[in-house]
Amino acid sequence: MRGATHATWAACAVTAALAATACGGGGGDSGADGAAVLSASWGDPQNPLEPANTNEVQGGKVLDMIFRNLKRYDPETGEAEDMLAERIETSDSRNFTITVKDGWTFSNGEKVTARSFVDAWNYGASLRNNQKNAYFFGYIEGYDKTHPEDGAEQSADTLSGLKVVDDRTFTVELSQKFSTFPDTLGYPAYAPLPRAFFDDHDAWVKKPVGNGPYTVESYAKGSQMSLRTWDAYPGPDKARNGGVDLKVYTDNNTAYTDLMAGNLDLVDDVPAAQLKNAANDLGDRYINTPAGIIQTLSFPHYDAQWNKPGMEKVRKGLSMAIDREQITDTIFQKTRTPATDWTSPVLGEDGGYREGLCGAACEHRPDEARKLIEEGGGLPGGQVRITYNADTGSHREWVDAVCNSVNNALDDDKACVGNPIGTFADFRDRIGDEKMPGPFRAGWQMDYPLIQNFLQPLYYTNASSNDGKWSNKDFDRLVDEANAETDTGAAVEKFQQAEEVLRDDMGAIPLWYQNGSAGYSDRLSDVRLNPFSVPVYNEIKVG
Amino acid sequence: MGRYVVRRLLQMIPVFVGSTLLIFLMVNVMGDPVAGLCGERQCDPATAARLKKEFGLDQPVWQQYLTYMGNVFTGDFGTAFNGQEVTELMATAFPVTIRLTVVAILFEIVIGITLGVITGLRRGRPVDTSVLMLTLVVISVPTFVTGLVLQLLLGVEWGWIKPSVSTDAAFGELIVPGLVLASVSLAYVTRLTRTSIAENRRSDYVRTAVAKGLPRRRVITRHLLRNSLIPVVTFIGTDIGALMGGAIVTERIFNIHGVGYQLYQGILRQNTQTVVGFVTVLVLVFLVANLIVDLLYAVLDPRIRYA
Repeated sequence: MRGATHATWAACAVTAALAATACGGGGGDSGADGAAVLSASWGDPQNPLEPANTNEVQGGKVLDMIFRNLKRYDPETGEAEDMLAERIETSDSRNFTITVKDGWTFSNGEKVTARSFVDAWNYGASLRNNQKNAYFFGYIEGYDKTHPEDGAEQSADTLSGLKVVDDRTFTVELSQKFSTFPDTLGYPAYAPLPRAFFDDHDAWVKKPVGNGPYTVESYAKGSQMSLRTWDAYPGPDKARNGGVDLKVYTDNNTAYTDLMAGNLDLVDDVPAAQLKNAANDLGDRYINTPAGIIQTLSFPHYDAQWNKPGMEKVRKGLSMAIDREQITDTIFQKTRTPATDWTSPVLGEDGGYREGLCGAACEHRPDEARKLIEEGGGLPGGQVRITYNADTGSHREWVDAVCNSVNNALDDDKACVGNPIGTFADFRDRIGDEKMPGPFRAGWQMDYPLIQNFLQPLYYTNASSNDGKWSNKDFDRLVDEANAETDTGAAVEKFQQAEEVLRDDMGAIPLWYQNGSAGYSDRLSDVRLNPFSVPVYNEIKVG
Repeated sequence: MGRYVVRRLLQMIPVFVGSTLLIFLMVNVMGDPVAGLCGERQCDPATAARLKKEFGLDQPVWQQYLTYMGNVFTGDFGTAFNGQEVTELMATAFPVTIRLTVVAILFEIVIGITLGVITGLRRGRPVDTSVLMLTLVVISVPTFVTGLVLQLLLGVEWGWIKPSVSTDAAFGELIVPGLVLASVSLAYVTRLTRTSIAENRRSDYVRTAVAKGLPRRRVITRHLLRNSLIPVVTFIGTDIGALMGGAIVTERIFNIHGVGYQLYQGILRQNTQTVVGFVTVLVLVFLVANLIVDLLYAVLDPRIRYA
């Protein structure tokens, strides 16, 4: 049997090769001490890693490790606490004097001074530098000169509202009152930058230097970044591990498989398909905690069909038709919580979250829903088409479920259909062109844990993320009043009043609050997610 | 022969121009790529306008194409959205994918042709039937199923391999992904070889060779196999391009940062520069592979002459 021997030989070759791979693959770092390094899943950042140019979670993760700001959001409560700021003083909610703490340096030894902040902010605001987060500096006086909205030639390189007083003090003048401005200063875009950033920008981007608990040891774009603990870090939140290796995964399913096989220590995005098994697979090493993310359905208010009188009843009716409980339970395996307001539970009662503010309009009441939609004049064109991008997330599943809810309530299986768009870029493009044929998916991840951030950018007339172009004078007035308050409590109350205006008109339908989900290996302890659903890397213990 | 090669090379030019233009147009009709760059919010108009200018997106498509092709000839493939040169991306992605393809092709050649010869010589015997059944199963199961199952069994359950490939992507790590990638083609190679061998076995020259009293091994390798390989070589040659471009699924499953992964990212982010750059190189690979296959015919069968 010559043929048979041949076949056996081939099979053996394969087996031998497989065995060789198993032996050839190097083992990870081990050891049970503060110097041990953990590995964590990562995604390829979409933009160059600069503080004012990073607007997504993956790049933000790194900035959070290598930078510390004037303020830092408490990983537990989300409250803004002083970090590098010694004092931030104001008497009129418009002019702020900021004093930087002494003793802070960048990891290359340079001192962090008032100038480190002013230079960085000027860089971020200048149109010349194409920074995608430039609008964060939009409240500062002189922004319109360094960043003309219409794209005209900029007439200044620096913000006139920023002045260095001495080594540790600078002043900020805003163009309007903004009482909660100091609390926004924990956002990565406001990070200080060392001179090296300006002197040799290319080299800096290849290997960023910051002032946080970690330094970048090596960065292979698109595949891995190795961060190591900076021993001379002057801050109070020193890293409790030796470092973190962030590994780029092509697919979060593979990352999860690697975690199960013991090849990876931390996955901070459990794939939807694995949510069912995660609790079983990982036990108490599976984390599922609220994050500052809310999903909503926006409406094309620029479309006359959706903006005629009576439509608020239709919008409310649609909201009441959706069975949020069931969708969050079955599709999202309880990693979402049905929304009852337009903010997020991570804000807390004091921060402006109010459970049940939406009232009956966010409860599943199919009979009332049908009545309301009929009273409002019915669905425009007899059908709603919910637009979403089909490339990421599991949007198709929940859109279909929402439509199913609506169809059941209206007893018409063509009342609601999904309208998938191939890519996120194309989806955003159509939103920008105001071409939405009906309600569309909207998601909001907070920049900073403030009720202001959940309302103003999304629903203020012509605000940067008001994609549905909802506009209401009362709402705008209440937001302005809230920003002018000097007392935080009073400001929060005003914002809630504004939110009630939004509710009464049902400017957008709140769907659910999103949780962050993560899983980790038994090498790790003290793993948790902050309110931005990013792991608090510096607190993780290995071994 | 020389003239034939020159003519073939000249024919490549229109194919090259046409295919790149097609890709360029396809990526362009997908809409404005800058819209997706600012996350869930609209880019502010001034920054969006500047970004468009920087990436040359403010010009008409034909002009963008001409500028792009002009740059390509000077070796400049543009910049990806994350600020990285596309050539730099290629320098990291292509070696990985080439290694993966080499592994896959080796599997096709070694296992595919061996199995093909064995079954071709023993048509109708149990070996033949079982291999045929096996190839049928391999062909009908989608690659991603094979990939995920192997990953789960070998990587997680038995712990023989690491479920994901590291950044270095050394040859050893690529054996299982290579096998997965090769699986379907391997089955085809087996069947092609089998049929070809079975057909030629009864031909006159084989009978003559046997009648001359040549040793069996020599009859099979020099006479039978050499003449039976032409369709197989054609298939493997065109498969090189298909494997390199079509590795997306395998690369995703095994976390290989190769061409498929970069293309996928490029398409998701509507990054024209990345997509067109990578496809351009893939088109070249495809064309060159085809040329080599055609030239190989003459080596295998001296009766084939090029004019």
